[in-house]
Amino acid sequence: MNRINQKLEEDKKLLSIYFTAGYPDINDTVTIIQDLEKNGVDMIEIGLPFSDPLADGPTIQDSSTQALKNGMTTEVLFNQLKDIRKTVNIPLIIMGYFNPMLQYGVEAFCKKCSEIGIDGLIIPDLPVDVYHEEYQTIFEKYGLINVFLITPQTSVERINFIDSVSNGFIYMVSSASVTGSKKGFGSDQEVYFKRISNMDLKNPQIIGFGISDNKTFTQATNFAKGAIIGSAFIKFISENSIDDIPNFVTSIR
Amino acid sequence: MLRCVRNDEKEKTMNYNVNEKGYYGEFGGAFIPEMLYPNVEELRQNYLKIMAEPDFQAEFNQLLKDYVGRPSPLYFAKRLSEKYNTKIYLKREDLNHTGAHKINNTIGQILMAQRLGKTRIIAETGAGQHGVATATVCALMGLECIVYMGEIDIARQAPNVARMKMLGAKVVPALSGSRTLKDATNEAIRDWINNPVNTHYIIGSAIGPHPYPDMVTRFQAIVSEEIKWQLKEVEGRENPDYVVACIGGGSNAAGTYYHFLHEPDVGIIAVEAAGLGIDSGESAATSVLGKEGIIHGCKTLLMQTKDGQITEPYSISAGLDYPGVGPMHAHLAKTGRAEFMSITDSDAMEAGLELSKLEGIIPAIETSHALAIFNYKTFKPDDVVVLNLSGRGDKDLQNYIDYFKI
Ligand SMILES: Cc1ncc(COP(=O)(O)O)c(C=O)c1O
Repeated sequence: MNRINQKLEEDKKLLSIYFTAGYPDINDTVTIIQDLEKNGVDMIEIGLPFSDPLADGPTIQDSSTQALKNGMTTEVLFNQLKDIRKTVNIPLIIMGYFNPMLQYGVEAFCKKCSEIGIDGLIIPDLPVDVYHEEYQTIFEKYGLINVFLITPQTSVERINFIDSVSNGFIYMVSSASVTGSKKGFGSDQEVYFKRISNMDLKNPQIIGFGISDNKTFTQATNFAKGAIIGSAFIKFISENSIDDIPNFVTSIR
Repeated sequence: MLRCVRNDEKEKTMNYNVNEKGYYGEFGGAFIPEMLYPNVEELRQNYLKIMAEPDFQAEFNQLLKDYVGRPSPLYFAKRLSEKYNTKIYLKREDLNHTGAHKINNTIGQILMAQRLGKTRIIAETGAGQHGVATATVCALMGLECIVYMGEIDIARQAPNVARMKMLGAKVVPALSGSRTLKDATNEAIRDWINNPVNTHYIIGSAIGPHPYPDMVTRFQAIVSEEIKWQLKEVEGRENPDYVVACIGGGSNAAGTYYHFLHEPDVGIIAVEAAGLGIDSGESAATSVLGKEGIIHGCKTLLMQTKDGQITEPYSISAGLDYPGVGPMHAHLAKTGRAEFMSITDSDAMEAGLELSKLEGIIPAIETSHALAIFNYKTFKPDDVVVLNLSGRGDKDLQNYIDYFKI
């Protein structure tokens, strides 16, 4: 069974952390992953940096630019991760834009992920329809879970379609925005979280975008299986050091 | 039944328009984050229907006539023709209101936005031509207008920034990446993600996710529609031997080619910016240097590292300084339907000066690239060559002054 599915069966709210590979330093990737696991994080999204991250706000953009300057590439990331399963057990997801994967070769990329022990992918600019028609069989061949996003604007019909194509969890974008732009959740979000929660989807939901502290984590996980923190974590390690990761994780829950 | 398809039959059956799935051959599609799906889908479902409505058609045509000043003349460039010993006609898009072809598209899209109930307009711009054309139609319709422009371009295109401001638009600097057109486009897309309900994004070229390339092409198709009847009047035939246009994202080219795509006796010439030279590392010749990939929501040819990171193009012309090309043109390049040429900064600048001296027309530097091909390609004396004079050179005066030390 895929580690993501196993993790989703655990009777707890999940904390998932996104970070950009190659940031702040090119060689921080493995250390960050190990430290996050040690401090009780349930799942990690490893960001493969891209020159033009359309769905990201300034924090993740800047970390991506820096990571690329530091020399991060698809090949370098795969090399850094090649022994990761000797020390890390929690689910690992690669999150990245589609063009670098297309250039690597979608099948070659998936094969490499499965060899390393990557459990899933999040590709914001690969729409569910295109995935379903062209790539699903490849992902399934290599046992990878592909995670799709929904937003407050996503229609019920499309949510149901995404639910039918998904076999892990649904990434619920908290509000209409790029990453890192909203502060706190209001009643709009609560209505939306409740509405989705009441749909009784086959896949559990994990909420992301705008989770930055204990308060937003708790609000989100009141209605969902877990929550994902990205920009707030990147900001934290920019302003502090990766040695301070324990402080960040304990401040969330 | 098996039968041999002769080449010219194949030519006739090959489709150069978008198919029902949003692709030109293998190029196109809509590779967009889920956050953009409702907006793009709304547009996809409605654009053809809205464009076909009689009141849309009437308003569009009326504005093109009375506000833009269409039809734009098809001018026989006598002295230029003599010099290059062929028959050169210039399609005078430079005479449009705001000085370029860009306004054909912004008029169409503002009417589209109104019919979709949108009240806030965003756009990206490089040289500022599309930004000015968008700010103009927003002023005309009384809609809020936000234009994203790279910080570098804001500095080098000051007059157009001032124009946009006078027209009531807010110009927001794009501070990410190389701070030019690509980054302005990223910022506009992010704005759309952040404002999913009331906002329409007026893309300025035949790029972006389906249905944008097709919609922009259809609004620009007025150019080739007019060429047909105008040429019939002066030459007694609708089809020229060649149509020529410069390509940034490819909107003036798409409009120039549209009604000739499936006319095999019309040669199509696409002119890209070679910058300092194809092999110089400072170029924007996407069809030569690009590889298939995804940029701004569509699968097309784009300049990128082997790792799939989008690279920075270079051209003296801010309007051609884009690392991709519209999916229609990627398909025309791949199938060989169009002949692609690339022209350096210096050849373009000389051609711009030459047109000024020979015909009394100062062209935009973008257009100057198309004009430079006569030094590299020989046409027959009785060939009819129609070139889209996509814009006037007012905005580029400082560039010409600096270059020629005028
Ligand atoms: C006068 C002129 N011609 C051509 C272009 C290039 O754009 P496109 O390829 O979309 O026609 C521009 C863009 O700014 C322009 O201003």
